[in-house]
Amino acid sequence: MTDNSSPTAASRRSFLRTAAFAGAGLATGAAQAQTPKPDPAITEVPDWTRYLGPGVQNAPYGSPSKFEKHIIRQDVEWLTASRESSVNFTPLHALDGVITPSGLCFERHHSGVAEVDPAKHRLMIHGLVDKPLVFTMEDLKRFPGRINHAYFLECAANSGMEWRGAQLNGCQFTHGMIHNVWYHGLPLKTLLDEAGVKPKGKWLLAEGADSAAMTRSIPMEKALKDCMVAWGMNGEALRPEQGYPLRLVVPGWEGNMWVKWLRRLEVGDEPWEQREETSKYTDLLADGRARRFTWIMDAKSVVTSPSPQAPLVQKGPNVITGIAWSGRGRMQRIDVTIDGGKNWTTARLDGPNMPLSMVRFYLDFDWDGREMLIQSRAMDETGYVQPTKEELRKVRGVNSIYHNNGIQTWLVRSNGETENVEIS
Amino acid sequence: MSRFRNSLLSGLMLGALLAFASGPLQAEQAKKPIGLGRIALPEEIAAWDIDIRPDGQGLPPGKGSVKEGEEVFLNQCAACHGEFGEGAGRWPVLVGGRGTLDKDNPDKTIGSYWPFASTTFDYIRRAMPFGNAQSLTPDEVYALTAFLLNMNDIVKDDFVLSRENFSSLKMPNVGGFYDDDRETTEKAFWKKNPCMKDCKPEVSVLNRARVIDVTPDSKAGPKVE
Repeated sequence: MTDNSSPTAASRRSFLRTAAFAGAGLATGAAQAQTPKPDPAITEVPDWTRYLGPGVQNAPYGSPSKFEKHIIRQDVEWLTASRESSVNFTPLHALDGVITPSGLCFERHHSGVAEVDPAKHRLMIHGLVDKPLVFTMEDLKRFPGRINHAYFLECAANSGMEWRGAQLNGCQFTHGMIHNVWYHGLPLKTLLDEAGVKPKGKWLLAEGADSAAMTRSIPMEKALKDCMVAWGMNGEALRPEQGYPLRLVVPGWEGNMWVKWLRRLEVGDEPWEQREETSKYTDLLADGRARRFTWIMDAKSVVTSPSPQAPLVQKGPNVITGIAWSGRGRMQRIDVTIDGGKNWTTARLDGPNMPLSMVRFYLDFDWDGREMLIQSRAMDETGYVQPTKEELRKVRGVNSIYHNNGIQTWLVRSNGETENVEIS
Repeated sequence: MSRFRNSLLSGLMLGALLAFASGPLQAEQAKKPIGLGRIALPEEIAAWDIDIRPDGQGLPPGKGSVKEGEEVFLNQCAACHGEFGEGAGRWPVLVGGRGTLDKDNPDKTIGSYWPFASTTFDYIRRAMPFGNAQSLTPDEVYALTAFLLNMNDIVKDDFVLSRENFSSLKMPNVGGFYDDDRETTEKAFWKKNPCMKDCKPEVSVLNRARVIDVTPDSKAGPKVE
């Protein structure tokens, strides 16, 4: 029996030599057969290696490297009439892991950012309660039972511009009305218990202190189950644009309900039918009727790289990565296709997989330069599978604006350029 | 005597059983308040409790006519919403749109879409005029609501809206809404085993974002809806 599996030392050395040459040839380009030039990034001493850098306290509150200054929230000017009542988008294409940096979390305001002095901020609980109460921020922070949770917050209108077809080139714009951060605060139940909800109290009205006095009706069952009043995000105080000093957290449910600058909670026996739950955030279907109280955000995912703002640059080893989330519980599985849905591969998850929080998935692959149609498909622990856009339209038509969780397709051309498309 | 003792005994037993059955619940209810915060004063609640429900709960005393509303509207609202509620630029359209909800470009206005008149009153009272919120008197809000309902052919020209007649209002699209039914109408999305291999023979590109060219980085700045 010939021993093919165990080459001699000499043949192994010659194999390594050949491989090294092949590698060098690739690196310098096939046309030029000259000696490779040393890399000046290595042979020359750069300024940052020779000279002293800024000392401590140069930036008492740090910011990202100047080389990352293009990674910012962006808005779409033609979407809204004014920036005070508008939205911008998280640069998902440039992020990794599952936690969104606080300064990159998308913003949605109805009357601009309220600049609230925490010393003058009050939270009132009244209505069908035993004792109507007022809390200062100081009171809230003295309560026992403080908790920390990471949750995604997705605007119900995320991907809303895509109902009639592929429109915006970039996952920042198609999927960027979402962020995922840690919240620090109290279970809402703690405060409701303190006030004593009367048996008839089945609904809660949450109101903000901004000049929209934003309101939403929330069923008491949800309020007592897992809602939070949070004063912190990602280890520090809430950012002003995220509701400083206090916001409501309504895990898994549409972002509009997470009232910012939270100042009032009224307990009642019926929903209040506010603007944001009648004229907005209701889903108009093809027959002219509308679904209301569509609070849960269904399972959804998107490949963040490659994507139009993060094209592929090289053949060979590459990483497909993206995010997934579900308002119905934990993610179970994310499948990825590169051939437009003919064949799927289950992606690898890395990092925490917490219920109602984003997960990060990866698919390592070798790109041969062929055109690809990349999609991801999320499945949550309830067995809900992210539908195609066509499946969604069959049930809902194209007028619903909200809750578009259809599968996203990226066309990657052979030069690596990536585009938002829809496929059969 | 023995009967009495028996009934006392069974009473005790019943009590013990009840105590056992409701033990954890009682413990929950008996949990002592933490004692943080203070009682909200009636004046404080009145200052913040501005919400109005469809049944009229929360309405302040007052009244306003369509005619008075028109004047307030022209002074305070028309700059954004247009003189006839048609919407200036991209600001919200408030009037018209009846019969368009099942059409290709539905016009969701107060008249065509909003299910309750109370929402109009509540929203104007809390958030309008944009940038000068909570500056209108209750009479002005009544008048504006009356005017907008009149513009939407819901009340007559000589209508005067008040707390007393508010609950008589009925909006055309009040029956146009139903509760979230995704778990039944979209049951098919709970697939047990989504296809993994050879799921479809052919794939073709149907439409492309680049054709529309509306992404902010690109030059185009189209008008939308």
